Amino acid sequence: MKYLGLVLANVRRKKTRTLLTVGSFAVALFLFGLLAAIHFAFYQGVEVAGADRLVVINRVSIIQPLPVSYRERLLQLAGVQAVTSANWFGGVYQDERNFFPQYAVDHESYRGMFSEFVIPDEQWQAFAGDRQGCVVGAALAQRYGWKLGDRIPIRGTIFPGIWEFNVRAIYRGSRPGDDEGQFWFRRDYLEERGPEWIKGLVGWYIVRVGDGVDAAAVSRAIDERFANSPFETKTEPERAFAASFAKQMGNIEALILIIGGVVFFTLLLVTGNTQALSVRERTTELAVLKTLGFSDRFALLLVLSESVLVAGVGGLAGITAAKLVTPALTQALPGFTVFLPTWDLVVGLFLALLVGLAAGLLPAVSAMRLRVVDALRRV
Amino acid sequence: MVRVDGEDGAETLIRVRNLDKRYQRGSEEIHVLQGLNLDVGRGEFVAFMGPSGSGKTTLLNLLGGLDVPSAGSITVDGDELTRMSAAKLTRWRARHVGFIFQMYNLLPVLTAFGNVELPLLLTRLDRAQRRRQVETALALVGLADRMDHFPRQLSGGQEQRVAIARAIVADPSFLLCDEPTGDLDRASAGEILDLLTALAREYGKTILMVTHDPRAAERADCVLHLDKGVLVEAAGEAARA
Repeated sequence: MKYLGLVLANVRRKKTRTLLTVGSFAVALFLFGLLAAIHFAFYQGVEVAGADRLVVINRVSIIQPLPVSYRERLLQLAGVQAVTSANWFGGVYQDERNFFPQYAVDHESYRGMFSEFVIPDEQWQAFAGDRQGCVVGAALAQRYGWKLGDRIPIRGTIFPGIWEFNVRAIYRGSRPGDDEGQFWFRRDYLEERGPEWIKGLVGWYIVRVGDGVDAAAVSRAIDERFANSPFETKTEPERAFAASFAKQMGNIEALILIIGGVVFFTLLLVTGNTQALSVRERTTELAVLKTLGFSDRFALLLVLSESVLVAGVGGLAGITAAKLVTPALTQALPGFTVFLPTWDLVVGLFLALLVGLAAGLLPAVSAMRLRVVDALRRV
Repeated sequence: MVRVDGEDGAETLIRVRNLDKRYQRGSEEIHVLQGLNLDVGRGEFVAFMGPSGSGKTTLLNLLGGLDVPSAGSITVDGDELTRMSAAKLTRWRARHVGFIFQMYNLLPVLTAFGNVELPLLLTRLDRAQRRRQVETALALVGLADRMDHFPRQLSGGQEQRVAIARAIVADPSFLLCDEPTGDLDRASAGEILDLLTALAREYGKTILMVTHDPRAAERADCVLHLDKGVLVEAAGEAARA
């Protein structure tokens, strides 16, 4: 701690340069934070997927339906604890920009499957008792200013017409990053108003397996059960399903990695150059310190500390700014929950410190190797 | 008593024997110091004079453990520098040597207090003890009221006095001064020389000073002349002795 004053004094030496370097780290970490949040938005399903849940879709494609009768047959399979289903509705609210996922769900079993979504009992009962009722996520309700009792018109794109729903319940996620942007309504309302072809069909099933049950074996058993039928199935863990769903939008992960990598590499070069310049300017001072009895290792650690401090402050500022901005992004990206997980905050900060360390390494080594006699002779 | 004849004397603090320093510059070998012998007693104030390139600063660097000789030995208070590793030499320097440079070489980002405190950061003293010692040293050089000033807020003479405070704050065995008045006007130079003289006379500090200025050399107990790496003449008290 007694050397902290010296480190701080050196960092404050050229205030503009330090501010610019801190700013570089802040901007880079801000960008990293946004990329991480966008990555989360695309892979949110993967992040929060239940380990004990399987998704059963039509083997041909997810847009092909499955018979409603499969529910009872799924429940008969060993290891299956609960089953629910949903249909994709694909409507828009007011205009195309207001897109968010709407699901027609089996209101008797859906809530029990997704225990991470918290819904007050009386609200759920109100939803279950109203055929035109709907449940909306808290973020969605906030975005459009909906409250309980509001009547929401949704224009169907797959199922034409204006569909009106009553907001009967608002759910909240119990974990950070849970998707609070969904809209659920009762499947029997879809059957009642929808076209003839949708009757008796669901989009997909979600299956919960019991504790200690081999989920892979249950997946195989499900697909074997419906093999050679007109509606063959493809069953996979919810996490894998969510991942493959995200990949349909392109390899976002690779894109983010490339952009992030380029940003950090550029930051490394820029900061490394700045640190080298800073050390070159202080050759005499470093020589004086060594003359006074400060060791070579001290010179190394001094330069590294300064570099890491600048990186840490800039990184912290950038990642904090990203954390503050992400809720606004959720508003700007309908249909996505943009969230910056704590783990990514830690990783970002660690990366900043690592870049600071790497950027300071060469100048620090040159400070360590500096020969006092040579340095003083140059004065 | 200062001796340059290689004969052992009593009360010797610094003993130099057959000191050689050679540099290689391209294919040319430069023999900076040649078989130099020197004995300096405790509390003596010695000035080294000589033309540029005569080896004065090289001698000072060797005595301060900043450089290693090509041959010969340097012993300070029983410690033989030539046998020490670089790391040990660094630690030794912190304990035994106070440096005063021509260009003061204060750290511009630290206040006078911060600069003087630097050598004490290498000791086990706590913050309060360090503060007391720094205040004492700055008071000794007459700058107790300039403690919080940065070097840019001080005159050249004041900067050099801060440098002297930094050199003495850890109570080293001896001071090495490389042209301490070389960058000062006559009045400021006089003040600095008064201060150095007082340190030698009143506080018994051993001082070795390189200078081109005969007025500065006059203050020393003994003036040694270096020419082409050889101590060729002794003047002042030593010569008179």
